[in-house]
Amino acid sequence: MEWFRWERNPWGQEILIGLSWDLIWVAVAAGALLIAAHALLCYWRWRGAGAGTISETLLKRLPEKILRHSVASRLFHWVLAASVLTLLLTAFLPIWGIKFPWVTAHWIAGLVLTAAIIFHTVHASLWKGLGLIWINSQDLSDGWLVVKQALGSTGPAPGKPGKNPLENKLFHHVVAIATLATIITGLIMMAKVDTPWWKRNPYILSDDTWGIIYVTHGVGSVALITFIMAHFYFAARPEKRWITLSMLRGWISRECYLDHYDESRWPVAAGASRDAAASVAKQSEAEGL
Amino acid sequence: MAIIQDMMPAFELFQPASVNDALALVNRHGKDAWVMGGGMDSLDWFKDRAKKPKVVVDLGQIKELRGIRQQGDGVEIGAMTTLTQVATNSLIQSRYGLLAQAARKVATPQIRNQGTIGGNVSQDTRCWYYRAGMPCYRAGGNICYADTPTAMNREHCLFEADRCVAVSPSDTAPALIALDAKFVIRNSKGERVIDAEDFFVGPKVDIKRMTVLKPGDLLTAIRIPGTWAGARFYFEKLSDREAWDFALVNVASAMIVEGGTIKQAHVVVGGVANRPLRLKPVEDSLRGERVSEETAELAGQTAIWGAKPLNHNHYKVSLMKNLVKRSVRGVKV
Repeated sequence: MEWFRWERNPWGQEILIGLSWDLIWVAVAAGALLIAAHALLCYWRWRGAGAGTISETLLKRLPEKILRHSVASRLFHWVLAASVLTLLLTAFLPIWGIKFPWVTAHWIAGLVLTAAIIFHTVHASLWKGLGLIWINSQDLSDGWLVVKQALGSTGPAPGKPGKNPLENKLFHHVVAIATLATIITGLIMMAKVDTPWWKRNPYILSDDTWGIIYVTHGVGSVALITFIMAHFYFAARPEKRWITLSMLRGWISRECYLDHYDESRWPVAAGASRDAAASVAKQSEAEGL
Repeated sequence: MAIIQDMMPAFELFQPASVNDALALVNRHGKDAWVMGGGMDSLDWFKDRAKKPKVVVDLGQIKELRGIRQQGDGVEIGAMTTLTQVATNSLIQSRYGLLAQAARKVATPQIRNQGTIGGNVSQDTRCWYYRAGMPCYRAGGNICYADTPTAMNREHCLFEADRCVAVSPSDTAPALIALDAKFVIRNSKGERVIDAEDFFVGPKVDIKRMTVLKPGDLLTAIRIPGTWAGARFYFEKLSDREAWDFALVNVASAMIVEGGTIKQAHVVVGGVANRPLRLKPVEDSLRGERVSEETAELAGQTAIWGAKPLNHNHYKVSLMKNLVKRSVRGVKV
């Protein structure tokens, strides 16, 4: 197996062309291993672990539906999903031997993804607040307790998380790194495409620099295969179905909220929640959900 | 950069005597096997050391791949039939003069004696950056050296550029498409027959190949139906030299004309895209029109619609326009 693809340029120098596509299979194998390991761990360690009992008093304080994903967030998620899947399919199917005209669909999907990420960055920074996704010390200490628990330790149980548990934050950050690496290099590659604004010019960068750009693009894309496999797996797990569904309808039930989240770390003000629930209900009705 | 060394790298040579033996060989060696027809394209690659196959399967000894046979109301031409045989065959000359003319225009008599019809349609592009062994997109790299601000791209394409701007060099391919030919391809799984037009692929679909042939596939025969037999044909090739040169632009047209009115038309142009380009809008504009100067002018104008010339090939636009125009006027019928 090779890590990189090399070619000889007109001056007889070995130049880096890109990442070896053998690594696609490494990414697929890594994703499969991750899924298998988690599935086994779930089976052995967390089998039979049920939800705790929630008092009626607590339940009555909250509306039935708790808003988890706003329309904007859901719209971003599904645009991101569609564009990333299009990018992966148009990139890797031709490599696997399924030939079709892929280039135009690929770069258009890349531009859609870029626009979606710019929207998300602005939306998350100005409206949602970046604190929701930062990893703090409590996340780390709880994360450590989760790891210890998974390995069979009988220490104190980890506390409940805020709106975004540590695993979600970690997943967000690694996907963000891979996606940003891919879109930044992809945008640079647009220099090789004729547009109404510029004529293609591959000589703006040296062969070596292009090689690094293609390798970075490849590493980001190949890593996304593993991440998306893991994402599909977790979204499909029965105990996570409520959170998967919340990405469609926007809300989670108050039972799920109380069962999985720490109210102090993700406070849902009663009045605000009722307003949110009412708006979610209205919207769900309109969407026919 | 490749330098002509006249010394080919070593490879294992197989000369099977039957198609089945050849298929077994290409199947066994997969991507390592290079299928060679007359060798006119292959030997260039080997001598330039730009391609270094481990195994060469020479089809020259397979008799069943040679010859021109009547088949129903059409003909079947074995893929290893030489271009001279195609150009001089009486059946081809009388019924499919378009193909005979096209075959007669290939390179030189010596090359036509050795080169085959199968090889002529399957040959690789002649982009000189690519043939020199540069690591362009087509060769697995990340750049098209022929489409940069400083590139010399006088011979390159006007249409369907997609990273690669090389052109299809075949003279017989446009004629075969105009005649509605079918290509017979065999591999270990069996036989499939595809339209000549679909045999050629552009870089949009597969940037590393000019045809649908994959490792393990053999082009065994070309079948031409009787549909266009005896129609009004026109073939013209323009190149820098009269002989031993590839077309800058070539045109092949077949028309069924009744009482001065065009009933059916096929117009195909080579040298302007990665694959021979069938001009369907031109064909549509011709159907039902009378053969006249105005019709020819309109066809020429329609043909170049959407052309995107590169830095040094703007001349091809007017070349193509005039060739299509002449193909309608039928000066050389």
